[in-house]
Amino acid sequence: MIDDRAGPAVENASAGVPIRVSGVTKRYQSARGGEVHALDEIDLSIDAGEFVSIVGPSGCGKSTLLMLISGLIPATTGTIAVGGAPVKGAVGNVAIVFQRDVLLDWRTVLANVLLPVEIKKLDPLSHRRKAQDLLRSVGLAEFEDKYPGELSGGMRQRVAICRALVQDPGLLLMDEPFGALDALTREQMNLDLQRMWLRDRNTVLFITHSIEEAVLLSDRVVVMSSRPGRIADIVTDDLPRPRGAHTRSDPRFIEHVERIRRHFLALGVLSET
Amino acid sequence: MSLAQAVPSPATPSKLAIWINRNGPVLAIFALVFAVWEVAVRALGVPDYILPSPSVIVAKIFVSWQLLLENAFVTLQEILLGFGLSVVIAIPLAIAVVYSRIFERVAFPFMVSLQTIPKVALAPILVIWLGYGIMPKVMVAFLISFFPIVINSVIGMRSAEKEMIYLVQSMGANELTTFLKIRLPKALPSIFGGLKVGIGQAVVGATVGEFIAAEAGLGYLQLISQVRLDTPLLFAAVVVLSLLGVLLFNAVAFAERIALPWSRVATDVAE
Repeated sequence: MIDDRAGPAVENASAGVPIRVSGVTKRYQSARGGEVHALDEIDLSIDAGEFVSIVGPSGCGKSTLLMLISGLIPATTGTIAVGGAPVKGAVGNVAIVFQRDVLLDWRTVLANVLLPVEIKKLDPLSHRRKAQDLLRSVGLAEFEDKYPGELSGGMRQRVAICRALVQDPGLLLMDEPFGALDALTREQMNLDLQRMWLRDRNTVLFITHSIEEAVLLSDRVVVMSSRPGRIADIVTDDLPRPRGAHTRSDPRFIEHVERIRRHFLALGVLSET
Repeated sequence: MSLAQAVPSPATPSKLAIWINRNGPVLAIFALVFAVWEVAVRALGVPDYILPSPSVIVAKIFVSWQLLLENAFVTLQEILLGFGLSVVIAIPLAIAVVYSRIFERVAFPFMVSLQTIPKVALAPILVIWLGYGIMPKVMVAFLISFFPIVINSVIGMRSAEKEMIYLVQSMGANELTTFLKIRLPKALPSIFGGLKVGIGQAVVGATVGEFIAAEAGLGYLQLISQVRLDTPLLFAAVVVLSLLGVLLFNAVAFAERIALPWSRVATDVAE
């Protein structure tokens, strides 16, 4: 209690950090020995606090780009900066949410959320309260002491998101976080995510296969083509927030979705009929 | 009638009722087998040195309890030392295999190919090397229980998903933290699987070791009883040996339940 920052969720800690990706190419050896050209000359700037989605066909290097930005794998050429600092090795201010929730089965829900607090050696007391507040905000207050095995898929992914947010990340990297959820749960998760983002305003890079999901959530949608992955288009999406079910019938929403879909038609990922 | 009394209300069956419900059929089968055995042996007049009846075996256990206990203690010592040695060597070795390329590429395949040697066949050699005392039995118990533990530990430590490792690395975890927070706890169910196989194997190893050459132990007692045609004592030794096995297995299963309270997998205690 020495430090007043230790206040509960009211602390509006994480202003987002900007990302600058310039001329990034990634090649790697595939398991069979061939060379895979995953990304080619990617240039992308994301402002602090911006919500950007990446859509693209399977194998277009979306996930690779996300891993490069996290610093966990190195780029072949080009530079990446997160928060103004060049990326060399794991970036400190980043939290990742994967499609698989990767909760640790042997820890309770609360202990799972507190994992980054332990590893980063953050103040345990204040973060415990923050974790509890986060769990409450996604309707999991009573599940603190349960084990992940006792939770549904949607609940587990909510816990994974709380685990990411408890560290007040300047940048939230999400790799198809709702891909494994049923349609209804997914819609609710979209709204939950938007609410948390509107509150915290961290920078979010969100990978998805769903064009609608990308348009619903994002400030900008990056459309990628595949092999090697390149940026085909960037759609600016300034629909009013908070968005919700009503947004889907907005003519501009439909227009954005159509524009992205046309790219996929042109790329041959989708066919007309 | 008595069952109805044991159930206070239909909604909340008592612990006793649940226990009877779960274990009743098995106990009934055991009771039936022993009853048939007892009646058949008496009716057909089978001599004790061929097949003693259950009641004769039980009587023998009561009469010879001191002898059985003394020898059981020797065997238990051999089992625990052999099994303990396995654990102490297998788990660090598994860590080495998971973290070192040389161990992974050379030592592990080598161990797996050694696995094909019937360890029991090594017992006479061990006697030549280590003499008639406790050591050769400990070594057989060790050799035979070692492989399931090391192999299960390696599989368990490799089972952490790639994303899980990325996740903690993104939080700035080093290798030690990744091991302690992810790989080891993730491996525990698999390690315990290996321990449960291993403890059973250690019982076999110690007993077989005693068959080869010994001065004490339940296996030795069996050998002596066989020579003397004291079949009831032979059976009594088998009973004590299985009780020992069940006891040790349950001890490991109990440790597992303490260590893995989150595990939903039913690790039913052996009957």
